[in-house]
Amino acid sequence: MRIRVGHLYPEYLNIYADRGNIAVLARRAALRGHELEVAGISVGDTVRPDELDLLYIGGGQDREQLLISPDLAGKGPALESAVAAGTALLAVCGGYQLLGRGYLGRHGDSMPGIGLFPHETYAGEKRMIGDVLLEAELVAGERRTIAGFENHAGRTRLDPGAEPLGRVVAGFGNDGESGYEGARVGRAIGTYLHGPLLPRNPWLADWLLSQALAHATGGDPPALEPLPDRLEAQAHAVSAQRARNRGGRF
Amino acid sequence: MSARLAVESLAARAASKLSRIAGVGGGTTLPGKLLWKLDPGAIDALAARLRDGAAVISATNGKTTTTAMAAEILEPGRRLAWNRSGANLVSGVASTLLAERDAELGLLEVDEGALPEVVRRVRPRAVLLGNLFRDQLDRYGELEHIAERWRAATAALPAETVLVVNGDDPQVGDMARERSNAIAYGIDDPRHARPALQHAADSRYCVRCGQPYEFAAAYVGHLGDYRCPACGHARPELQVRATEVELDGLHAASFLLETPAGSTRLRLPLPGLYNVYNALGAAALAQPLGASLEEIRDGLERFGAAFGRFERIPAGDKTVLVLLIKNPAGANEVVHTLLEGGAPSLLVIALNDAIADGKDVSWIWDVDFEPLLGRTERLIASGDRAAELGVRCVYGGLPEDALDVEPSLERALDRGLELTAPAGELVVLPTYTAMLELQRIVAERGWSKPYWERT
Repeated sequence: MRIRVGHLYPEYLNIYADRGNIAVLARRAALRGHELEVAGISVGDTVRPDELDLLYIGGGQDREQLLISPDLAGKGPALESAVAAGTALLAVCGGYQLLGRGYLGRHGDSMPGIGLFPHETYAGEKRMIGDVLLEAELVAGERRTIAGFENHAGRTRLDPGAEPLGRVVAGFGNDGESGYEGARVGRAIGTYLHGPLLPRNPWLADWLLSQALAHATGGDPPALEPLPDRLEAQAHAVSAQRARNRGGRF
Repeated sequence: MSARLAVESLAARAASKLSRIAGVGGGTTLPGKLLWKLDPGAIDALAARLRDGAAVISATNGKTTTTAMAAEILEPGRRLAWNRSGANLVSGVASTLLAERDAELGLLEVDEGALPEVVRRVRPRAVLLGNLFRDQLDRYGELEHIAERWRAATAALPAETVLVVNGDDPQVGDMARERSNAIAYGIDDPRHARPALQHAADSRYCVRCGQPYEFAAAYVGHLGDYRCPACGHARPELQVRATEVELDGLHAASFLLETPAGSTRLRLPLPGLYNVYNALGAAALAQPLGASLEEIRDGLERFGAAFGRFERIPAGDKTVLVLLIKNPAGANEVVHTLLEGGAPSLLVIALNDAIADGKDVSWIWDVDFEPLLGRTERLIASGDRAAELGVRCVYGGLPEDALDVEPSLERALDRGLELTAPAGELVVLPTYTAMLELQRIVAERGWSKPYWERT
């Protein structure tokens, strides 16, 4: 099966090795006989909501985020209709912030978002940097861990009742206070965990692929053939241990 | 020297001896830390004693090598206070100034984050800024923040201070634009331009208006001949240039060095375009410090290697070739250089995640390891994050049966040497603390001296 992926602003938002996430999705799709077809969607390009099974948006520096934010505003309605129609989405760090309602800087400056996720972000005093461990339950009854690394000055507040991606076991998470990390709206997830999020958490990569396949076929998310993931499990274990030892400290 | 400074210096020097006796790190930063704690202003006084002043060198990549090259050029005939062990924070600078009491000229490699404070205290007569790449974002924050602090530090330099910049780096080159006392250097040889900007190129958008630059030539990462099609912001005129560059695999690079004082052809016994940049920086800095063109040529042609940067260490009848990797841009150049020398079929890569390496290892996904992985028959992934590195390589196309994951660097080294043919060379790519550990292992085995005993 062909899985059509739209990678938003790849040459602007790539600060934390975002292509690692794409590489993991591509290989894990290929090992199950599917083909990931990745197209960049950049400044001036048109989003065609019905031609996308999966959307990806990565992180950038403040400067790069400012450069793309006017263009993103124009793409907002198309992205929302894609997600509403079942396109899966992964937003990381800066991309996660921009897909909320907006970002308030410390000097009164603000950057509007597109409101796909029910949250607002404001700049904090200290950057929240370090290893993170989460517990998530994307499929009812299946509790899994997510290990990663966060580095953000923004504090993200979810609206009351909004669904986070997971609960913080160790680390800062959305704002360092709520105990929540990330956000989820249907098949769309956003998170501060950047860079190699998927290599260490292959089950999450498979969840995304399965959601994207559901959109591609119009059916239910299929079960994917399990892979050995021996190295991935080791990498996850080391990362999780790091988070337990040193996560959530300034 | 004031009485107070004398007492503090004495205490700090005693600490240096103690730390060497205790065998911790050769005592390179402990005395400086102590002195800095006792009296931060003591560094200002120590620097003021240097008869010929001081030069400060900073960059994301190449600052250790560039400083060592400048030292090789300047050392004959001048007594230097040079932090050769790479201790480049304020404490390391203080230790060096303290240890080299009779020095005439300070030659100080400085960490990017520490640059503003060192410049403020040392009041150098020359400052060299080499490049800015994304590096250890968990420690430095965003690249823009470092650039912002450098802009403020350079704007505050007195008019008589010479500012030497790599004109091929848009951010860094721009810092000298308004200065009369500035020297820009760069490469001018489009035959060596890369066909495209590398994947994770930084500074690809105009520093003034944000439009993407057009590169007539990109040599190393985003370093090259750029121009903004919208506002015209472009590479400054170069006073020091390398032209007619010839690269000789894993051995050398030769080029025509053009300077305001004349031109000379020279053969640098280090490979790769990134070392041409390092040599250009050293030459552009050495000239205003009083070196003649002949001294520059001879120094660069004599140059060995800086600690762990393309260093060949004898290991019994075999050799270990150590190439430090620490961020995407630097590691990409190491990969290019290895490919130009005919890619090795056996490779040890060691990834640690201590503070000095960067606790965030996501950068390994921004390195273009792929061309190397296609030719490697055996890759030994080592270090504290060996498994993560293994995952990176397998997702990058390395067959899983060609991979060994061996977190212990000592065992990884032994395994690598065992697989190396007699009289052969084992290539090891360590991150910073893995490189220190490697140096400790080879010193313990009597293959080389510990770094603090080298001259």
